[in-house]
Amino acid sequence: MSDAPVLSLEGLSVLLPRGADRSHALNDVSLSIASNEILCVVGESGSGKSMMANAIMRLLPGEVGIEAGRMMFDGRDLCTTEPAAMREVRGAGIAMIFQEPMTALNPLRTVGDQIAEMFRIHTDLSKAQIGARVLSLLEDVRIPNPRAAAKAYPHELSGGQRQRAMIAMALALDPKLLIADEPTTALDVTTQAQILKLIRDLQQRKKTAVLFITHDFGVVAEIADRVVVMQHGKIVEQGTADDVLNRPAHAYTKQLIAAVPPLTAPPPRPLSSDSILTITNVAKTYRTGGFLGRGARVTAAVKDASLTLPKGATLGIVGESGSGKSTLARCIVRLIDPDHGAILLDGKDWAKLPRDEIRRETRHIQMVFQDPFASLNPRRKAAELVAQGPIVHGTPRAIAMTEARELFALVGLDPSAGDRFPHEFSGGQRQRIGLARALALKPDVLIADEPVSALDVSVQAQVLKLLGELRERLGLSIVFITHDLRVAAQVCDLVAVMKDGEIVEHGLVADVFGRPQHTYTQALLASVPGGAFAREHQAAV
Amino acid sequence: MRIIGLAGRRLAASIPTLFLILIGVFLLLQLAPGDTVDALMAQMGGGDAATAHELRKFYGLDLSVPAQLANYLWHLVRLDLGFSSIYGKPVATVIMERLPPTILLMTASLSFAFFFGLVFGVIASRAVNKWPDTLISTLGLIFYATPSFWFGLMAIVAFSIYLQWLPAGGFEDIGEVRTGIFRIIDIARHLILPTLTLGLIFLAIYLRIMRASMLEVLNLDYVRTARAKGLDETRVVTQHVLRNALLPMVTLIGLQAGTMLGGSVVVESVFSLPGLGRLAYESVIQRDLNTLLGIVFVSALLVIVVNFVVDLLYARLDPRISAEG
Repeated sequence: MSDAPVLSLEGLSVLLPRGADRSHALNDVSLSIASNEILCVVGESGSGKSMMANAIMRLLPGEVGIEAGRMMFDGRDLCTTEPAAMREVRGAGIAMIFQEPMTALNPLRTVGDQIAEMFRIHTDLSKAQIGARVLSLLEDVRIPNPRAAAKAYPHELSGGQRQRAMIAMALALDPKLLIADEPTTALDVTTQAQILKLIRDLQQRKKTAVLFITHDFGVVAEIADRVVVMQHGKIVEQGTADDVLNRPAHAYTKQLIAAVPPLTAPPPRPLSSDSILTITNVAKTYRTGGFLGRGARVTAAVKDASLTLPKGATLGIVGESGSGKSTLARCIVRLIDPDHGAILLDGKDWAKLPRDEIRRETRHIQMVFQDPFASLNPRRKAAELVAQGPIVHGTPRAIAMTEARELFALVGLDPSAGDRFPHEFSGGQRQRIGLARALALKPDVLIADEPVSALDVSVQAQVLKLLGELRERLGLSIVFITHDLRVAAQVCDLVAVMKDGEIVEHGLVADVFGRPQHTYTQALLASVPGGAFAREHQAAV
Repeated sequence: MRIIGLAGRRLAASIPTLFLILIGVFLLLQLAPGDTVDALMAQMGGGDAATAHELRKFYGLDLSVPAQLANYLWHLVRLDLGFSSIYGKPVATVIMERLPPTILLMTASLSFAFFFGLVFGVIASRAVNKWPDTLISTLGLIFYATPSFWFGLMAIVAFSIYLQWLPAGGFEDIGEVRTGIFRIIDIARHLILPTLTLGLIFLAIYLRIMRASMLEVLNLDYVRTARAKGLDETRVVTQHVLRNALLPMVTLIGLQAGTMLGGSVVVESVFSLPGLGRLAYESVIQRDLNTLLGIVFVSALLVIVVNFVVDLLYARLDPRISAEG
């Protein structure tokens, strides 16, 4: 399988500007990739894995420079290649796919035109020849209706189609090496499975070497031939996928693998027979655009959803993006008014309360948001953010601030951290602040909208553990919204699967995930990356 | 086609605005002391009360304010702008005579400001925080901070009086009669200084917007994609950055069309150009209500037309607009 190396990094070090959290982005990194091989680089955010991709392409930001080492590609050292020669390597010799298919394509030019640009700058083909090549490339990546896709602008394609177009563009000139920087992280789980399969198929057909960067061991298990594990800019372990996944040698690798949530549910806990939150036939329809009713688009975001949350339980709502799960959550806390239906919380119909009463009652039900970076006001200190809720509801400021500090201890932060601003915390710590903020009002029900999706896997595990402990200690009932079935399996007692605004299946986690009835649930479960590995891993534990 | 419909709807929506503006200006001018007849009498060197009364009756000024307003609006609906008592001609004729210099001045200044703002903005953003950027940004700040009348006066002092390169004022040389290409060159020579004076402030604004928007676009993901494809820096800028960075500039044109008309009052006065701006100033002084309202009407139309064109242009530049409607 391994031929001569296509690219080999020898003692590569990349220096970060002064004032960064460490001196080197990459420290003495050596690795090699053979043709017809997928090498996965795994690490958490900040481990330097994306920096390595940019270093190979020589696209490092201005203030970051290569300090030492060699990058041998095609008989020359990329570290010392002239910019003009380097431009010939980019695209033709080494191509790259990025994480965000939404933003990686120019919004003002058609997809076909952007793929054709590859040929225009690197080859002398005629316009007609280029057109034919673009079409055959789009067929290769199995975009539905390639002729229309070539004429479409990026915003007219779905995320998965855009990523396919990116792959078509990257593979246009049959590069020897393809660098894929988290290409499936921003995609839904079923799309992710398709894209991974596509990359695998094309790689085998074209015998390309692939450097695949990811943070997800599930993806690694799915696609990798060999694995490199990185931490703080250093390689801590490398070997074949089988060795690294099943017999990890380094403590950090073991820790990362252990943090991968298994897909099987823990033994069910006894559930209370009293329900705290009951929603019946909640529906929400969005109407956009249109002038006097013409050309209006109607989207039924939630259709007749009915669910029950027993006291002290966790109800997971899983689904892909656009399935309406976030809209449902917002309806429950009345950030959005549902069109009809009832939301019974402690006997009160939450869906019909007037606005000002909602504001008074809102302390019973609180929400934790997805993005720990955007959901905290950057100009206010952490303790103020947490105390704000109780102060608004009439607690004297001094008492609220003292309670805020106690809450910091509760969510595992240093109480003195309250005097710092949000940007001084890491993502995991910010999500803890978000939790403390929600808990400050002593709610009965917590709505968590993708609370761990933006976090690294080891941090994710810590936050989930904290959430479990808090549920026990405070007797919270939680509605947990996530697109990650593995996370849902780990923390939820009950789970509801949503598709296109409808709840297609719900019940106990062990039942839904163990014996899925609906075809969509079965498809979702089959697409979880590294599903087989997760099951073996679980069995081994 | 959707775009035309969209822009057309916006056009229709601006008609009530137009009427509100006209009514507002009409009522405001009622607050000013004196009327057309006072101004006329002053020009004639005075007269008795009976003549004044006759004149007022003739021009319909003896009616109540609401009746005058209704009268005016009724004429306007039939596209009749009324009669200017000061100039002794229909208002439409007076305005049509004065419109070409203003339109020429505005188009020239806008093109000048847009083109050089774009070029300097691109240069500054390509050399950010190096000397070309510092130089361009400093010059931009100076242009922005200096009042345009002072610029105009200094330009006259330097180029017309000391160097004697360019005429100090007027629209064309009235000393001799020129035709064809010579007349065009003559008018162009007269317009150089006013164009620069009016354009410099807008140049400063455009270059700052362009610089900021270039810097923002240069950091976007698709620019990284373009670089990863192996494009050289020139192609990255021309093919991927420029058109995206132009969007805020185009928006700005629509917003500033009105400001530019306002600015032309000052510049036309300084360079004694027989344009719409100066006509507006004169009709305020002479209490020529009909002419003033006519100018307001035409200016508002001009701004609406510019914005209509900008809407169409924007849709051409950004395919996402037509999709979102």
